[in-house]
Amino acid sequence: MLSRVAENIYWLARYVERAENTARIVAVNANLLLDLPRGIAPGWRPLIDITGHNALFEQHYKEYGERQVVRFLLGDERHPGSILSALLAARENCRTIRDIVPREAWEQINELYLFAAEDLQRGMTKGGRHGYLKRLILGAQTITGLLAGTMLHDQGYRFLRIGRNLERADMTTRIADVRSASLLPEETPDLRPYDTIQWVSVLKSLTAYQMYRRSEQVRVQRGPVLRFLFQNAEFPRAALHCIDAVRASLECLPRNEACLRVAGRLKRNLASADLARLSPAELHAFVDEFQADIASLHAEIASTWFPPPLAEAA
Amino acid sequence: MDIDWTRYPCADLHDELVAAPGQGRAPVADLLTDLAALGPDELLARQEAANVAIKEMGITFTVYSEEGGTIDRAWPFDIIPRVIAKDEWDRVEAGLKQRVQALNLFIDDLYHDQRIIADGVFPREVLAKSANFRPQCVGVDPPLGIWAHICGSDLVRDADGTLYVLEDNLRVPSGVSYMLENRLVTKRVFPELFEHYAPLPVDDYPSELFDTLAALSPRPADFPQVVVLTPGIYNSAYFEHAYLAQQMGCELVEGRDLFVADDDCVYMRTVDGPERVDVIYRRIDDLFLDPEAFRPESMLGVPGLLRAWKAGTVGLANAPGAGVADDKVVYAFVPEIIRYYLDQDPIIPNVPTYRCMEPDALALVLERMETMVVKPANESGGYGMLVGPASTQAERERFAELIRRDPRNYIAQPALRLSTVPTIVKGGVEPRHVDLRPFILSADRQRVTMGGLTRVALRQGSLVVNSSQGGGSKDTWIVPS
Repeated sequence: MLSRVAENIYWLARYVERAENTARIVAVNANLLLDLPRGIAPGWRPLIDITGHNALFEQHYKEYGERQVVRFLLGDERHPGSILSALLAARENCRTIRDIVPREAWEQINELYLFAAEDLQRGMTKGGRHGYLKRLILGAQTITGLLAGTMLHDQGYRFLRIGRNLERADMTTRIADVRSASLLPEETPDLRPYDTIQWVSVLKSLTAYQMYRRSEQVRVQRGPVLRFLFQNAEFPRAALHCIDAVRASLECLPRNEACLRVAGRLKRNLASADLARLSPAELHAFVDEFQADIASLHAEIASTWFPPPLAEAA
Repeated sequence: MDIDWTRYPCADLHDELVAAPGQGRAPVADLLTDLAALGPDELLARQEAANVAIKEMGITFTVYSEEGGTIDRAWPFDIIPRVIAKDEWDRVEAGLKQRVQALNLFIDDLYHDQRIIADGVFPREVLAKSANFRPQCVGVDPPLGIWAHICGSDLVRDADGTLYVLEDNLRVPSGVSYMLENRLVTKRVFPELFEHYAPLPVDDYPSELFDTLAALSPRPADFPQVVVLTPGIYNSAYFEHAYLAQQMGCELVEGRDLFVADDDCVYMRTVDGPERVDVIYRRIDDLFLDPEAFRPESMLGVPGLLRAWKAGTVGLANAPGAGVADDKVVYAFVPEIIRYYLDQDPIIPNVPTYRCMEPDALALVLERMETMVVKPANESGGYGMLVGPASTQAERERFAELIRRDPRNYIAQPALRLSTVPTIVKGGVEPRHVDLRPFILSADRQRVTMGGLTRVALRQGSLVVNSSQGGGSKDTWIVPS
């Protein structure tokens, strides 16, 4: 398989996953705000913190209001992580590999992008938002399912899985980190019920609530939730599960030694952390390090299998 | 309303299906009756079904939009086929083979001894003015001595029924994928007519193309690594590049997928590491092919590609420099070129062409300019042309001045009245002008497509068959006589 094609498949998967996760955090935040008392509600800023694009946001917007944040995350083409930008990028990546992916998958990606663009105004209204985001999430899941169910599970599919799972691990840890660090002040007894609410919202944003209940059988609180989201091997959006999936795909690729080393380190660090004991600040440092590891795994993958960047090639 | 062939206007033109009002042309004389029996509503419904099929199959061409982006447009297609009798086609096929064989000898000669110039048959000053002559290619011996492996020649038929070659495209001719897709669509919408008239099949083209390319491999092996090199998704023919790669089971590569290593061999970057490439079907123009040899700023090409080709480690189709024979003034010499190299008379004539560099011709052109089409040598896409019958007195005077100033740069041809084919319009059928682009493959042996791509000017009276300007296409049937 051509290196460029492998890279396109990888990014296609990452962008579709990014669009889905962005839709999830917006949907859940909107829901959460309805449950929290005004005084302590964290508002919309944490969503921008999750993406890490605060500087870009502040360049274009004066305040972290609902309208501004939602526009930035859903439809701002200047923001490479917005749903619209991500779907556009997924579509352009897919266009060049139309002979590799099944035609239905291309059509679905094309359709989803067109829907995201055409119905954006509806997504910007409080009333239309839920339906808009739900359709985006389902659409992304459909693409993932179509590819899993109809594409050759050859080298190309390995790159698809690696891209999807790296993006997913990255986003799950970001969500947990930001929610843990910036939502509420340190454990305050009279805010306990709201503490539960926010951790429920974290789980729900990852469609993890039901699975958490089945798997953990304890009430929703910080320690077990963090363990579930970082270290559960069975929940497909848990960081550990994602890294395992990446490792399994790496195993099937040639010249994989360096990448497997990085992925192994990533897994060891993840599995050995005692998350419940970490203060929000320590957790933040841990997540930072985890994301740096993900970035170095990406760099290793790129230098092993992807074509050199254009400037270098020319 | 019914289709009334007795009122079909074809009196002073050659129509490919209608010999005279109310009378079909052999070998498909009954086709008119068949179409009339279906009636305008059914024809429109089938046309609609074809449009849906084209959309579903994703047959598109790319149009550049003003915002800088590009869009895929569905390929405009008319379901009534253009038909040519097999015995006429046999003659055309022989003529095309003869023509391309001579052109390949001509190109090879120009890059070696230039005997044709020494013998006074082809003027040195025409070569000196050629925009597509590549000094970098002088002395190179491409595999089998062939330069133009894939040629698309445009044929037109005048009112008296004579078929002429209008031009030869020897650089990166496109359109063959539409020929193949048109056939698939027509089989879907006219299965009964298909069965009855049994047009000869066209769909072996991808395997013929693969064989042609494989014959250029420098490593005699059963499975040479053949790739299709595209400028990328924003090229107007990208659909075709992807289509042909897929049909041949080859990788579709961009310049940055390839590199030339220290051993002067070409490799593609794959997940498994570098993989040697034997033959490149390149759909990038010469000047963008290799920034080391041609335009240094080109991002589309592969540095060192020309070096590898000269070293004989990779086959390139078409060979760089083949475009030297793809020039309007060179065109005017093709009959002499055929006689010179093959000692034969041309089987298919050129459109009568006046070379303004010759004083007698110049005088004639200046005198009868309102009946002529005047073309500059090195422009393409209709740029800088004068269409005499549609011109004003002032335009003709301006052109006369241009020609007098630089007669070597101009040729002129009598304006032809292109043949027509019935084409579906609201409420019935009307004649529309067509041309025909067959494709000629040359390697260890020569092969010609069974028919080719018929392009049709969908606007009434228009002679422009170009898809970006209201042109469409039709299936082309070669039917046993």
